[in-house]
Amino acid sequence: MGFELSTEMTLLIIAAAIATYMTRIGGFLLITRMKTIPPRMEQALNAVPAAVLTTLVAPAFFTSGWDVKIAMLAAMLVGLRYPGLIMLAGGWVAAMACRHLIGL
Amino acid sequence: MRGRLAPTSNKWAFQVTENTRLQDFLGGIRSIAPLIAAVIPIGLVFGAVAATKGLSPAETGLMSALVFAGGSQFVAMDIWTHPTSWAGVGFAALLVNIRHVLMSASLATKMDGFSPRSRFASMLFLADEIWAMAEFRARVATLTPAWFAGLVAPFYLAWVVSGIAGAAAGAFLGDPVVLGLDFAFPAVFIVLVMGFWKGPETGAVLLVSGAAAVATQHFVPGVWYIAAGAIAGLLTALVAGSREKQEVAS
Repeated sequence: MGFELSTEMTLLIIAAAIATYMTRIGGFLLITRMKTIPPRMEQALNAVPAAVLTTLVAPAFFTSGWDVKIAMLAAMLVGLRYPGLIMLAGGWVAAMACRHLIGL
Repeated sequence: MRGRLAPTSNKWAFQVTENTRLQDFLGGIRSIAPLIAAVIPIGLVFGAVAATKGLSPAETGLMSALVFAGGSQFVAMDIWTHPTSWAGVGFAALLVNIRHVLMSASLATKMDGFSPRSRFASMLFLADEIWAMAEFRARVATLTPAWFAGLVAPFYLAWVVSGIAGAAAGAFLGDPVVLGLDFAFPAVFIVLVMGFWKGPETGAVLLVSGAAAVATQHFVPGVWYIAAGAIAGLLTALVAGSREKQEVAS
């Protein structure tokens, strides 16, 4: 049990893997084709990390319930002073408290 | 490899390169450790979701090992409920992943210490968390292949194993909401965003890309919001950059 691989799912997995790798190698190929990178472009590229991560997290904040909203805010506040692991723990405690103690 | 990096037969110099390489590898492991703690619940949840969609643990493991991208794997599972729409699956996966184009372009400018072949190999593992930690490293020191390998190896293992475990546990895991496991996904991204906080100019980028993402998600169905938010943030940085330059010039 647990070892069966259907042909259709295997093909879907391979397709998803190829599509993902294409995007991962795409920007790399584009940028290495250029001999020098204009300073303004470099500036924009430096902003990419924060922009992309915010894009992924912001809609989750608005579409989720109050429990997750409070937990996300708690994690952010903890993150201003403490490193990642404590931040995660703080957010998780807040989420669990909301759900099991307050019943949000 | 060794010969190329340390062409002299000087034993002492060789030792030093070996030590730094090991230290870099361990440094990478140390910096990714909190994110591994966060990715295991996500992997478990992904496995559990995959099991409810009828995937076997082997299929779940194969998907995690080959695709290695949380976002696209969840989206693929989401679409899998309405099968046979291959174009839909492909297009959605491409949109969810389009941010990788920007990410790899950004990281490519910081990979001077990599051989051409190791660059191509590294890009295989460019998951959000690994990429973010590599960018962090590049801001304070030279990113080395050893450091990158230290980021990838434990994280990859944790992702694949937790996915298989989640699929095998399936229904036994219970409701992920009761255990608070569902919080792991947004939590990871908050941790990463906070790591990139550099002052007001970061704040502007965060506000604009966040607003663009939320608005687009509200009005446009599908995953277009990811492209919209990323591009909006990039444009903000461009505008802020040129304004900064004017101030310096005047």
